[in-house]
Amino acid sequence: MKKNFLEKFMEIIFFISASASIISVVLICVFMFAGGIPAIKEIGLFDFLLGKKWSPSNVPPSFGILPMILGSIYVTFGAILIGLPIGVLTAVFLSKFCPRKIYRYLKPAVNLMAGIPSIVYGFFGMVVLVPFISNVFGGNGNSILTASILLGIMILPTIIGLSESAIRSVPKSYYEGAIALGASHETAVMFAVLPAAKSGIFASIVLGIGRAIGETMAVVMVAGNQARMPNGILRGIRTLTANIVMEMGYAADLHREALIATGMILFIFILFINGVFSILKRRMN
Amino acid sequence: MNKYTKIIKGFVLLSAILTFSVLFLLIGYILVKGIPHIDPSLFALEYNTENLSLFPAIITTLMMTFLALIISCPIGVFTGFYLVEYAKTGNKFVEIIRLTTETLSGIPSIVYGLFGLLFFVTALGWSFSLMAGAFTLSIMILPLIIRATEEALIAVPNTLREASFGLGAGKLRTIFRIVLPSAIPGILAGIILSIGRIVGETAALIYTAGSVPKIPENLFSSGRTLAIHMYVLSSEGLFTDKAYATAVILLVVVIGINALSSYMAKRFTKENVNG
Repeated sequence: MKKNFLEKFMEIIFFISASASIISVVLICVFMFAGGIPAIKEIGLFDFLLGKKWSPSNVPPSFGILPMILGSIYVTFGAILIGLPIGVLTAVFLSKFCPRKIYRYLKPAVNLMAGIPSIVYGFFGMVVLVPFISNVFGGNGNSILTASILLGIMILPTIIGLSESAIRSVPKSYYEGAIALGASHETAVMFAVLPAAKSGIFASIVLGIGRAIGETMAVVMVAGNQARMPNGILRGIRTLTANIVMEMGYAADLHREALIATGMILFIFILFINGVFSILKRRMN
Repeated sequence: MNKYTKIIKGFVLLSAILTFSVLFLLIGYILVKGIPHIDPSLFALEYNTENLSLFPAIITTLMMTFLALIISCPIGVFTGFYLVEYAKTGNKFVEIIRLTTETLSGIPSIVYGLFGLLFFVTALGWSFSLMAGAFTLSIMILPLIIRATEEALIAVPNTLREASFGLGAGKLRTIFRIVLPSAIPGILAGIILSIGRIVGETAALIYTAGSVPKIPENLFSSGRTLAIHMYVLSSEGLFTDKAYATAVILLVVVIGINALSSYMAKRFTKENVNG
């Protein structure tokens, strides 16, 4: 009798624990939307999303986050442009070209890349990339280009990891068929195996976009953070994430609510990206 | 045909070299520039504007890690138990849990930070504190621990469970005495990885734990972890040397944690390194 009670009791404990992640997601949604919607109501959805001017301390203040939305999109696009080809080709190397002996060291290296904190990436960007870009292309170095390169590096482990497992799960017969038709190892991998892995690679792009658009600290340290419309890849930009981190410390009233609304917009972007990702993942299985 | 072959090989090699040389450049650069700046005054017991001691930040980081794990580990591991040992396949509830865990793992840390600020700091009135930071982080690492536990439990062969049931043990006893011990290395690998996340986290902590450079007196006082310390130093732009030194310590911790985690994972799946 007593034993049965304990069994039942623990099962309920396990069940409650399992609900924790559901409760967390619900709480996050509720608080983000409840915090953001009042500001959008007050500013007006149109003025908020498409306003080109962000100057919270002006009289009257203007809260347009279009520059930040564009900023986030530009650096994310740049990051994919840089990280995708390098990442996918590195995944090809790891899965099809790399000798087992070297792989033993390279695989943990990729994991390490994923584990390095974004603040360290940001610092590296600040002391190495920014001066480098400034010397080579002129300007002060805090730019869309710098942020794109740094983010491109940071999403590499995401892209490599997913692409590698996608390439590995392509049936051997694809490769063997191509070889039998006279293709070399390289052409067989590139033109038979890689296209078959495309849904996995596409999923890695989506996840990479999510990582890049949500990255905060590293971007803040290299992007310049000027809240104005982007003009040229060598000029500074502010992302949605940077907007929150830069101003949340001293913001009050409507300004603070507008920052929370900025977070809400970012959150909606992320929910959308996550949705696409999980659809892709289900299709893969 | 031969022309293609060479070009492809060239690009593949080039990309791989680029990827790994960036990693080595980053680690090498920070170690070479940072190690000379590590001196005993960085570890002075008290922080002041002259020594900019790391010591309080190190203690805060340890406290934060401990707190976040103590909240998140039982919940994460129990969720794993539920998903693998109790839930029936095709259960709607399980699908919702999967979906929400996936959602949690995709949410960027700044959104966690904002949520922590709105919920723990403001709504619950905890102000900037260790507790607010730890709770925020514990939600953030929950999916990592759940997934590690799930994978580790699934890998335990069913024959073990059947043998245990056959000898008359109950479900609970089977889980804790038979299944858990053989799944421990896998679960630990996940927990160690989440320590890495906690130690390196900045955006989720700035507006939940705050950045007071002192050892927190109690759970409801503010404190800065190493990563926040580094952010404050480097954004002020005056203390690049100290930021280098902090970066070295962060990097060493993260490299150590990664090595430990992959060692645990390897022990868990001895037979196949290449999987």
